[in-house]
Amino acid sequence: MNEDKIINALLELSEMAAVSGGEEAAVAAAARYLKTYVSDIKRDCFGNLLAFKPGENATGRPALTIALVAHADEIGAMVTKIEPGGFLRFTPIGGLDPRTLPGQPVTVHGKKKFPGVIGAAPPHLLTKKERGETTPMEKLFIDIGMDQEQAADKVKVGDIISLEQHPVALKNGKMMTGKSLDNRAGIAVLIACAAGLSRLYHSVDVVFIASLQEEVGLRGAITAAYGLNPDLAVAIDVTHGDAPELEEGRFFKLGKGPVVAKGPNLHPALVDRLEKTAGKYFLPVQREPIPDHSGTDAWAFQVAREGIPTALLSIPLRYMHTAVEMINLDDLFNCVKVLGYFIGGLNRTFLEDMKKC
Amino acid sequence: MEELIKSLTETFGPSGEEETVRTMIADLVRDRTDRLFEDSLGNLYAVKEGDRPRIMISAHMDEIGVMVTSIDENGFLRLAPLGRVNPVMLLGQRIRFKNGLTGSVYHEKLKDLKELDWDKLYADVGQKDAASAEGAVKIGDQACLAQPFNSLPGSRCLAKAMDDRAGCAVLIETLRRLPARLPQEACFVFSIQEELGLRGAKTAAYRYEPDFGIAVDVTLVGDTPKASTMAVSLGKGPTIKVKDSSILCHPRVRQLMVETAKKNDIPYQMEVLERGGTDAGAIHLSREGVPSGAISIPCRYVHSPSEMIDLKDAANAVEVLVKLLTKEWSFSEESNVF
Amino acid sequence: MLSELADIQGVSGDEAKVRRFISEKLAGRGIETSVDTMGNFIARKNRGKLATPPMLSAHMDEVGLMITSIRQGGLLNFQTVGGIDSRVLVAKRVKIGREGLRGVIGAKPIHLQKKEEQEKPYKQESLYIDAGFNSREEAEKYISTGDYAVFDVSCIKMGNGFYRGKAFDDRAGCLVLLELLLENSDLCFNAAFTVQEEVGTRGAMVTAYTLQPQKALVVEATASADTPETEKEMSSTILGKGPAISLMDKTILVDRKMRDELADCAVRAGIPFQFRRFTGAGTEGGAIAYSREGVKTAVIAVPCRYIHSPHCVLKESDLQATVSLARAWLENNQ
Repeated sequence: MNEDKIINALLELSEMAAVSGGEEAAVAAAARYLKTYVSDIKRDCFGNLLAFKPGENATGRPALTIALVAHADEIGAMVTKIEPGGFLRFTPIGGLDPRTLPGQPVTVHGKKKFPGVIGAAPPHLLTKKERGETTPMEKLFIDIGMDQEQAADKVKVGDIISLEQHPVALKNGKMMTGKSLDNRAGIAVLIACAAGLSRLYHSVDVVFIASLQEEVGLRGAITAAYGLNPDLAVAIDVTHGDAPELEEGRFFKLGKGPVVAKGPNLHPALVDRLEKTAGKYFLPVQREPIPDHSGTDAWAFQVAREGIPTALLSIPLRYMHTAVEMINLDDLFNCVKVLGYFIGGLNRTFLEDMKKC
Repeated sequence: MEELIKSLTETFGPSGEEETVRTMIADLVRDRTDRLFEDSLGNLYAVKEGDRPRIMISAHMDEIGVMVTSIDENGFLRLAPLGRVNPVMLLGQRIRFKNGLTGSVYHEKLKDLKELDWDKLYADVGQKDAASAEGAVKIGDQACLAQPFNSLPGSRCLAKAMDDRAGCAVLIETLRRLPARLPQEACFVFSIQEELGLRGAKTAAYRYEPDFGIAVDVTLVGDTPKASTMAVSLGKGPTIKVKDSSILCHPRVRQLMVETAKKNDIPYQMEVLERGGTDAGAIHLSREGVPSGAISIPCRYVHSPSEMIDLKDAANAVEVLVKLLTKEWSFSEESNVF
Repeated sequence: MLSELADIQGVSGDEAKVRRFISEKLAGRGIETSVDTMGNFIARKNRGKLATPPMLSAHMDEVGLMITSIRQGGLLNFQTVGGIDSRVLVAKRVKIGREGLRGVIGAKPIHLQKKEEQEKPYKQESLYIDAGFNSREEAEKYISTGDYAVFDVSCIKMGNGFYRGKAFDDRAGCLVLLELLLENSDLCFNAAFTVQEEVGTRGAMVTAYTLQPQKALVVEATASADTPETEKEMSSTILGKGPAISLMDKTILVDRKMRDELADCAVRAGIPFQFRRFTGAGTEGGAIAYSREGVKTAVIAVPCRYIHSPHCVLKESDLQATVSLARAWLENNQ
């Protein structure tokens, strides 16, 4: 799979709506891309997608299993009420910032997909005080251009709302912007990694997991980790990219490589091996110290059953949880390479060595 | 059902002290179940045995309350909340301990009621000093609100602990109405410590290993003056939950509930609850995941001494559950897939 | 041994030195030990005597700091690991990394602050660690981001039977478990020395799943405010009155029968005890109690002043009484 194909896959994935609890489109697309490179694909009873790629194992002993997990879901909203006039009230699914919403185009997933926009009061009619304040989520509404009767027929309380955004590659060819790059970038890494590993010797069994409902509390990862119970796990997600006015060192430069997380959530032997692998193959990586909750699927995997040694590899991303998220594609490609070489270098002795760590 | 709800809500059962409620429910359902048992934490299981799939239906026995954390030299008690209790809601209220002792809750002198917090609140059980207070109540003892059940003209009623004795009543009434044999197994769990974070349902789901989960609880409404924008009203039918803070209900389970209600002409409402959770939240994350949903009874003034429901909503929740459990659920043991 | 245990560096996620200390103490004592993937250390005393031995749990980790980035001039930015009140941080000395390099937590001197600034506590973001480096390049030779730092403190005896030092939460609990493991007895139990309690009781989730106990006792250190400026009702626990039996905390509501059992054990053996008159904060109790099908779990704790600060104070007699109470409970569960 060459870089153009990966970019096209990501453009396709970013465009589709897959809000937590309604991830079918993204999961189906991930399955379609992955199936070329894996021996088996299944859905567990939570709905997580698991794709199995066995390693070449001539030892006769059970192979080591490593899970690569990226969440398929994105933030969005849900209809809570249809107001007189046909306007829709909504509640966020995952962490939406109400300040980014006025004027945001959306898709309401009712009987069909209906376009809409989050209304914004015209500035002319606001008092000076009102202009200086944030409109809270409960005062916002969606306009789908229907009257109450029509809206009630087409849309129900509980229907999902997704942000609407067409992803684009930027002029320099390295950067992409769009919605839900958190974490379709991670899904793209899984796909590219599966493709890469089909041309690289690896002795361990690899399971690619597209997990559900990460944005509402790592829920898919909790059940997937319990169900699969792999020997090792690596979560692939995004982390905050640098931007003006952010504290130096706490955020990560776009284009300087994927980010290896370090801290209590991550097993030190895995962190070390990932960084050494990058060094050995001259691939750029950055390091993110995380003193407690990593806020990713890694947090759920680490404490499943009797414990699973877990690592976290992230792609720096600007403007997280908005419709204008931005990444540098080189970080994505380097993430795939680091993971590929890391997995290629793993064998069962690694597990025994790491126990001594 | 009114009598059942009256006796259940007037019973003592704050989180962690569900014993009286448990004994009462066990006596009510014993002859309607094939297997009745409790676990080491105190969850009660009433099983109607059958083939797979196994469906777990959960309602929590516990109610919000307070715990005595210290007794001062003048016999006043200091309190800590059990569950989400707003201290303002307790002012001037009576609380009742397991042994029947009642007390009044009041606040220290305050400049402004906004200063009210748990460290400014105390209970008075009418004892003149520490020794006599300690004779009546011990540190660690729990109390619940003391209000009785009141029936209102029409079909509505008021009580403490509607959350979730109304749900318990729905489960009991459903058990009474169900035929001896169901197309699949159903386990009615009366759970503990929901108000402290869905704790009983978590361990019960692990133990029972259900294929599907259903929680029956109360939900908030949007039909009171200046209420939040929630499209749920009292008396318009039980709700079928789509989302709360603990779960995004499984589409298949949700759809099954909607179809059942529609087919049988039972009124229902769709529920999106912005804050709060229910047992289904714990059940659906058990082990490898359990497709789950929830049916709720709309309730005003939740977590107050005067929670209000409409009995018709509870009766219709029973209708939905009976119809839901007597129909055959499609299921494959190899892949209980999405 | 409390001094030795308390002085070891062992912030959440970096408990190896504590684990090694405990492992060495237990070596050659005929106790079966193991380490799991997270780093929890499990010791099974008199294994096989009981089908499901009771479980004791104490956490090895302590609150501390993590270096998050290095400034251009060589100063180190940090974040706290676990809950530390940032008001206790300023002007303390720390040890950084596995080598234990010395540094100090600096801030703008009071002379240079405006009056409004002087009246407000320092914000954690405005603090930094100064380890004497002149540039980022120099600092990077010795320090990498993600390194841990702890308070540079030695535990001492003080006054009339008190100890002062860091990390009594929960090295005091570790000490209780170690004493019970090391003494010559035929008590059968599993002791879990856990990791990462301070970042969300993570280690205990895994040990409880692995050990599958029916009953468990968590041995902790708990806050005491039996000091000026706190009303008596708000003191929670009092030093010198023995171990505090928990009623409830954010993670667990202690089973009444378990609570009564502990109180009975204490009364019968003449051990002083008190109830913890506070229901906030968290322990490993919840992670164990609601594991698998549910575990009957209680929490006892050594009262400790100034917990999560560089210098905690506890009373030796409380520590001994906690050992006695844990022992009496184990005897009751054989």
